[in-house]
Amino acid sequence: MNLVLRLVAQRVALGLLLLLAVSVLIFAGTQILPGDVAQAILGQSATPESLANLREQLGVNDPAFVRYFHWLGGAVTGDLGTAMSSGQDIATSIKGRLWNTLFLAFWAAIVAVPLAIILGLIAVRYRNGWVDKLISGLALASTSFPEFFIGYLLVYFFAVKWQIFPAISTVYDGMPFGERMQAIALPAAALTLAVLAHMMRMTRAAILNVMQSAYVETAELKGLSAFAVIRKHAFPNAIAPIINVVMLNLAYLIVGVVVVEVIFVYPGMGQYLVDHVTKRDVPVVQAVGLIFAAVYVGLNIIADIAAIVANPRLRHPK
Amino acid sequence: MVEVVKKGGDTLLDIRNLRIEATVYPPGESPKNIVLVHDVSLTLEKGKVLGLIGESGAGKSTIGLSSMGYGRGGVRITGGEVILNGRDILKGGKEGFRKLRGREVCYVAQSAAAAFNPAHRLMDQVVEATLLHGTATRAEAEKRAVALFKKLSLPNPETIGERFPHQVSGGQLQRVMTAMALCSEPDLIVFDEPTTALDVTTQIDVLAAIKDAIRDTHVAALYITHDLAVVAQVSDEIMVLRHGRLVEWGGTRQIIKEPRQEYTKALVSMHDIEHAEQKPGATPLLSVRNVTAAYGGGCIKVLKNVSVDIYPGQTLAVVGESGSGKSTLARAITGLLPPEQGTVTFDGRPLANRLADRPKEDLRQLQMIYQMADVAMNPRQTVGTIIGRPLELYFGIKGRERDKRVAELLDAIEMGKGFSDRYPAELSGGQKQRVCIARSLAAKPKLIICDEVTSALDPLVANGILKLLLNLQQHEKVAYLFITHDFATVRSIADSIGVMYRGEVVRYGAKSKVLMPPFDAYTGLLLSSVPEMRPGWLDEIRSSVTAGFAKMAEMSDEGISLASGH
Repeated sequence: MNLVLRLVAQRVALGLLLLLAVSVLIFAGTQILPGDVAQAILGQSATPESLANLREQLGVNDPAFVRYFHWLGGAVTGDLGTAMSSGQDIATSIKGRLWNTLFLAFWAAIVAVPLAIILGLIAVRYRNGWVDKLISGLALASTSFPEFFIGYLLVYFFAVKWQIFPAISTVYDGMPFGERMQAIALPAAALTLAVLAHMMRMTRAAILNVMQSAYVETAELKGLSAFAVIRKHAFPNAIAPIINVVMLNLAYLIVGVVVVEVIFVYPGMGQYLVDHVTKRDVPVVQAVGLIFAAVYVGLNIIADIAAIVANPRLRHPK
Repeated sequence: MVEVVKKGGDTLLDIRNLRIEATVYPPGESPKNIVLVHDVSLTLEKGKVLGLIGESGAGKSTIGLSSMGYGRGGVRITGGEVILNGRDILKGGKEGFRKLRGREVCYVAQSAAAAFNPAHRLMDQVVEATLLHGTATRAEAEKRAVALFKKLSLPNPETIGERFPHQVSGGQLQRVMTAMALCSEPDLIVFDEPTTALDVTTQIDVLAAIKDAIRDTHVAALYITHDLAVVAQVSDEIMVLRHGRLVEWGGTRQIIKEPRQEYTKALVSMHDIEHAEQKPGATPLLSVRNVTAAYGGGCIKVLKNVSVDIYPGQTLAVVGESGSGKSTLARAITGLLPPEQGTVTFDGRPLANRLADRPKEDLRQLQMIYQMADVAMNPRQTVGTIIGRPLELYFGIKGRERDKRVAELLDAIEMGKGFSDRYPAELSGGQKQRVCIARSLAAKPKLIICDEVTSALDPLVANGILKLLLNLQQHEKVAYLFITHDFATVRSIADSIGVMYRGEVVRYGAKSKVLMPPFDAYTGLLLSSVPEMRPGWLDEIRSSVTAGFAKMAEMSDEGISLASGH
């Protein structure tokens, strides 16, 4: 068990280090961007004096590394600064939107992950037969279409033609759960279709790889049914690569939802980011970038840890 | 009385005119059907053991698995009947197969290390078939398993089931697999080369355990192996197969003592190579002095203070079990693993430690042949290119002159120049190894290191390779460092022998001296573990081998205490 703890600690430490490196990149990247915030806020007619005053006020004149540590220190303690465009506290405005994004991602994942794994198992069971080809074909097709196209298709059929779900996913605080679910049905479906194929095909490939093993033959020669062989003997040994791809897709559900959120006008992180990129609101872009990076790194750490824990050789050393 | 009545011929398995086919997909050609088993019939009585013997491709595993209605890959049973317990199992369909697998017939695979699922505890796997078929409750099945662990003399029989496969040694896993097969109390067990992947000293232990278990439980068995000496110890009858056809079938004693068919005679009298030991010359060609080598930046010492000499035109055989450091010795000599201490002297001058520091001439003089001939050749080059490459590299021979030399070399390995346009994939295992030999000879080396060059080959083919190597030695005056785990090979070709154990040379000298008693503990154990062909050998030597193990355990305990004293 000590070995596992050590490996896990190592992964977490590496993740934190990586996050620190990403924060430097985000900070440096937004500094390089052309444009003057003071000018953007005050407009073309501003006098040089007022511009200088505002720059002083915003702290833009300090050396870069001072500003970096100032920003990082704030971010670690939960203070993400104030948005330049609106003057609102970023942490407060992000909180609700982050929660919305997580809510959408969660329900998309609840549907997509088990569905992808089960479809993968079925594809292995009937490998190279028509069932396998049908599953692979449909999954590939759904991934190949751009998300916005699938999104508009869903809107066309479910919102316009049959009027089952709303075309615009408006959610607000205190909205009843049922209504909220109905509101996110279409974006969640679009996201599910976007990530399904990747996970399903990885599950299929990972299990097929294990199906070549001698222990799978042993199981068959014990008289286990084909599906029991896959479930009991092949799947547990294919779990590490499957978790990895699941985590990558979960990260995508949170970080990569920008297009879907914009299509369905869903008040999540993606839309918030797009809004403020157009306004050249650097603190918001930095904050959102940092949160996305943290989500990405965090989920990948979880995948690594799960793979370590799933390995009996590490869990039960000699 | 009951025993006498039973002897009337209580048939368990009756295979009639079995025909098995497979579809193969040769690259670039249309798929074609090949026949793996032609019209083979056999019967097996309850409680008896039938040995199936033959080289690879003889169809022995295919026949064994047919008794479970199973075919690997695209293998199909296309004719005949497999009658088990009075009914033709081929008529039962998939459901029927599932019901008999793991209940009436169980399977013990060649490599238990690969055949156990790494994700589950041993006990769960051992009782799985029993629980699946509902022949016992979990508690009963586990009790039965523990009793079997005891019978198979596994250490800690009460708790070994809690372990995962990677926590148990290869020899123990093989015994656990036997327990797994016996646990559901089947009528028949198919043993498919159960000891082939084991070291010789481990093999004897497992073999004895399997033999006892078969005797005590009265289970019938099909025992599949390519090793006649092994099968002679456990089976009542032996069936010799070749190219999917029956060659000869008879009682064990008759097959061993009075084989009728030419092929069986060849198998029985295989180790017929006579090689008179040569006296060591005045100066050695290669001299290894106090070489110590380690992996992982000095962490894992794999060679400890090794010193051996090889004389011009002679053969030093280095023998030992897996992990003894014999291949590492070759890596140290060739510079692939630079020694940490000690020197390697070749032809009177010291060799650079690292391969990269050695001049081309040193590389030419010292060639190597490997165990796996097919991965030691570029599959996209013709035999002519492969053999011609050293000619160009070392001697700058090109064009017609090169072709002439290649033809001569092909002649020397008894293959003929027609092979020069062929690709490695078109050759048999033995032919591939011959091409590798020709390639090493092309450099006109003074020393060839042969690393387990016959281990992956069928016995008769291996014999041919050994004869060829001896022949070439006489003509080319080349010296061999011959690395092997097989004492029979050592006897056939060596002039001097080094026995390795845990990175040390524990016995070294001229062949006649090394093979002459008194032996040190390890060499004695190793020698007495080599299976002999005569039936009953296993029972005779068991006590002495067990004593040998006890002695070795003592020795290694002392070794540990010595090491910790530093």
